[in-house]
Amino acid sequence: MSIHLSPRNRRLLAYSIPVLAVFAALLFGAVMLLLLGANPFKGYAEMFVGAFGSGDALIATILKATPLLFVGVGIVIAFRANVINIGAEGQMVLGGLFSTMAALYLPEMHPIIMIPLVLLAGIVGGALWGWIPGMLKAYYRVNEILSTIMLNIVAVQLMAYLLRGPLIDPAEIERGTRIPQTARLAASADLPILFGDRLHIGPVLAVLCAIGAYYLLWRTPLGFRLRAVGLSEHAARYAGIPVRRTIALALTMSGAMAGLAGAVLVFGSESHRMVTDGSTMGFTGGAGFNGIVAALLGGLHPLWTIPASFLFGGLIVGGQALQRAVQVPSALIVALNGLVVVFVVAADRYRVRLLAVDEHEAAAAGTEDGETVTMGAARDAAPPGTDSYGQDEFDGGGEQ
Amino acid sequence: MSDIFTTAVMVAVVASAIRLAVPLLLASLGETFGQRSGVLNLGVDGIMLLGAFTGYYTVLKSGNVWMGLLAGAIVGLILGLASAVIAVTLQAEQGISGIGIYLFGLGMSDLLFQKLVGTPIPIDTFPAIHIPVLSEIPYIGEMFFQHSLVIYLAFAAIPVATFVINRTTFGMKIRAVGEYPDAADTLGVSVSGVRYATEIIGGTLAGIAGAVLALTLGIFQQNLTNGAGFIAVALVYFGAWRPTGIMLGALLFGFVNALVLELKTLEIIPRDLSNLAAMAPAIITILALVFVARRFRAPSALTKPFTRGK
Repeated sequence: MSIHLSPRNRRLLAYSIPVLAVFAALLFGAVMLLLLGANPFKGYAEMFVGAFGSGDALIATILKATPLLFVGVGIVIAFRANVINIGAEGQMVLGGLFSTMAALYLPEMHPIIMIPLVLLAGIVGGALWGWIPGMLKAYYRVNEILSTIMLNIVAVQLMAYLLRGPLIDPAEIERGTRIPQTARLAASADLPILFGDRLHIGPVLAVLCAIGAYYLLWRTPLGFRLRAVGLSEHAARYAGIPVRRTIALALTMSGAMAGLAGAVLVFGSESHRMVTDGSTMGFTGGAGFNGIVAALLGGLHPLWTIPASFLFGGLIVGGQALQRAVQVPSALIVALNGLVVVFVVAADRYRVRLLAVDEHEAAAAGTEDGETVTMGAARDAAPPGTDSYGQDEFDGGGEQ
Repeated sequence: MSDIFTTAVMVAVVASAIRLAVPLLLASLGETFGQRSGVLNLGVDGIMLLGAFTGYYTVLKSGNVWMGLLAGAIVGLILGLASAVIAVTLQAEQGISGIGIYLFGLGMSDLLFQKLVGTPIPIDTFPAIHIPVLSEIPYIGEMFFQHSLVIYLAFAAIPVATFVINRTTFGMKIRAVGEYPDAADTLGVSVSGVRYATEIIGGTLAGIAGAVLALTLGIFQQNLTNGAGFIAVALVYFGAWRPTGIMLGALLFGFVNALVLELKTLEIIPRDLSNLAAMAPAIITILALVFVARRFRAPSALTKPFTRGK
C-alpha cells in the first residue's frame, strides 16, 4: 500500500472501514429500491427516523440490539480462540426453549429467584448446543461451520415440534387455531421494566456481559489460554495449554451467550410467550447471524461490539420502517441484510491490514499493548504445509 | 394384497429418491470443484434459490423447460463470479460471507417472486423419457428408466467430474491450488485464476441445481430449497471430496427424504411428528461428518485465502 497516512489517520480509517462497508451495502440497496420503483431518499430518511428519530424509536433500537450484543459477545469469545460459530441461531432457539420449559414447569417463586433461574436455563440450553459442535471439533475434528449449520436446522425443527405439540398453549387447542406458541409464561419470570412500558433489563445484562467478556479475555488465565489458542494452536500446545478442551470451551461459552439471548428474547417479549412461525428465523429474527456482523463491526472486541450492536439494531429497526414507508415486500430486508453481511466481511481484511501496519510501527516504538485479531489468525500465521502436528494435528479454523 | 402394496410403495420411493437426489448431486459436484481448489462456498443455498426462481419464471413466461434450465445456469454463473470476487479477490472469511450470500438469495428470490408472480402458478415440468426395453422391466424399469433427461444427464456428470479432477491438466491445477497454493504459484499456475474458474463452475451448477428443483416440482415458493444447499455443502465432506462418494451421499439423502415424504403421505408418521422426521437429514449429516473426519482429510488450503509470498 503506497498511500502514506499518519498512524492516527490510518487507525481512524481502519475503524471506519466496517461502517463504510455498511454504507456501500445501503448504496446497493438504493439501486434495488429504485428498480422496485421506490424513492431511495425517502426510504433511507424513513429508515433513519424509524431507528433513531424518537424516544420510542431509540427504545426499539436498543431492544433489537440486545440479542445482537449477547450473540456478538459470544462470537468474539469464539473468534479469539479461532473458532467460527455459525450456530448462534440454533443456540438462541435452545436457550429460548430451555428457559421456557423452566418457566412452565417450575413452581411459582419470587422473581428474585425465578428470573435468574430461567435465564440460567437459557444459558444451559445454549451452552449445550455450543458444546456439541465444540466437542465434535476438538475431539473428532468435525468442521464447526458445517456442524453448527446442521444443528441450527435441528434446533428449528425441534422448536416447531415442541411449540406445536407438547408446549403449545392449551387455549390454542381449544380454539382450534393452533398457533405455535406457548401459554403466557409465569409473570414472576417477566424481566423487570426499567423505563416506559417496554425497556427491560435485558440491554443492561448484555452490556454487563460485554464488560465481563473483556475482563475474561484480558484479565484471566482462561482468557489468556483462549487467545493463545486463537493466535497459534501450535505454540499454545507447546506451552502446555490444553488446546482441545479450550476449543470445546470456547464454543460452549459462545453458545451460552446465544442461549442467554434466546431467554431474554422470550422473557423480555411483550407477549411473554415463546412464539415461532415455523420459519428458520421466525424466533430469532436472524440475530444469530447478525450478531456475527455486529461483532465484526465492533472489530471483534467485546466493548466495541456494544456501539456496533446499537448501530446494527438501528439498521434492522430502520429497515422495517423503510419497508412500511415505501411499501416494498419485507423480503427486501432479508436481501439487504445479506448484502450488509457480505460487504462487512469482505471489508474486514482491509481493516486488519491497516491496523497491522499501525501495530508494526507501534511495536517498533514500544508503545502498543493491544493486538489485532483477524478471523483465522492462526491459519494465516503458519504457512500451509507446515502444520503437521503429528497425531494431534487438526487444522485451525474452517476445516475438519 | 398388502405385500404388493409395499413393493409398489418401495418402487415409488426409490424412483422419487433418485429424482430428489439430483439437485443435491449437481450442487455438490459444483461445490467439490471449489473445495478441491481451496474455496468453501457456503452460499450455495442462496444461489440455488435464485436459480430456482429464475428457472421457474423463465418457464412461466416461455413455456420452455430448457430455457428455464439455461436461465438458472446463467444466474448461477453470475453469482459464482460474485462469490469468487468476495472469497478470492477480497479474501473475505468464507464461513460468514457465504451466510451473507445465502441471506441475499433467500430474500431476493422471495422478493422477485412476490413482485413478478405473486400467487404460485404451476408450470411445465421436465417430460419423462421411457428408455426403450429397459423401462419395460418390472419394478426396475419404473425405478431407474422412466426419468426425465436431466436426471440421466446429472448422473452422467459424475464420471465427467471425476475425469476432469483426476485426469486433466485443469484438474491437476485445481488440486495443486487446493493443497499447496505456494508451490502451484511458483510453477506459474494462477491461484486466483483457478479459483475463479472453480467458483464459476460451482455457481453455475448450483444455479442449475436450483432450476432443476423448481422444474421437477413445477412450482416456486419462499425458501423452496429448505436448506438443501447447506446439505449439498456438507455432502462434499460426506463424499470425501470425490464425485462417486458424493453421489452415494446424494442418493442416501434422496432416499431419506423420499421415505419421510412417503411415510407422511401414508400417515405412518403422524403430522405431529413430521418436524422430528425433518431433522433426520441434519442429524445424519452430523454423524456422517464424524465418520468422515476420522478417515479423510480436507484439501489443506480449504478456506485459506492466498497471498503471494506470505
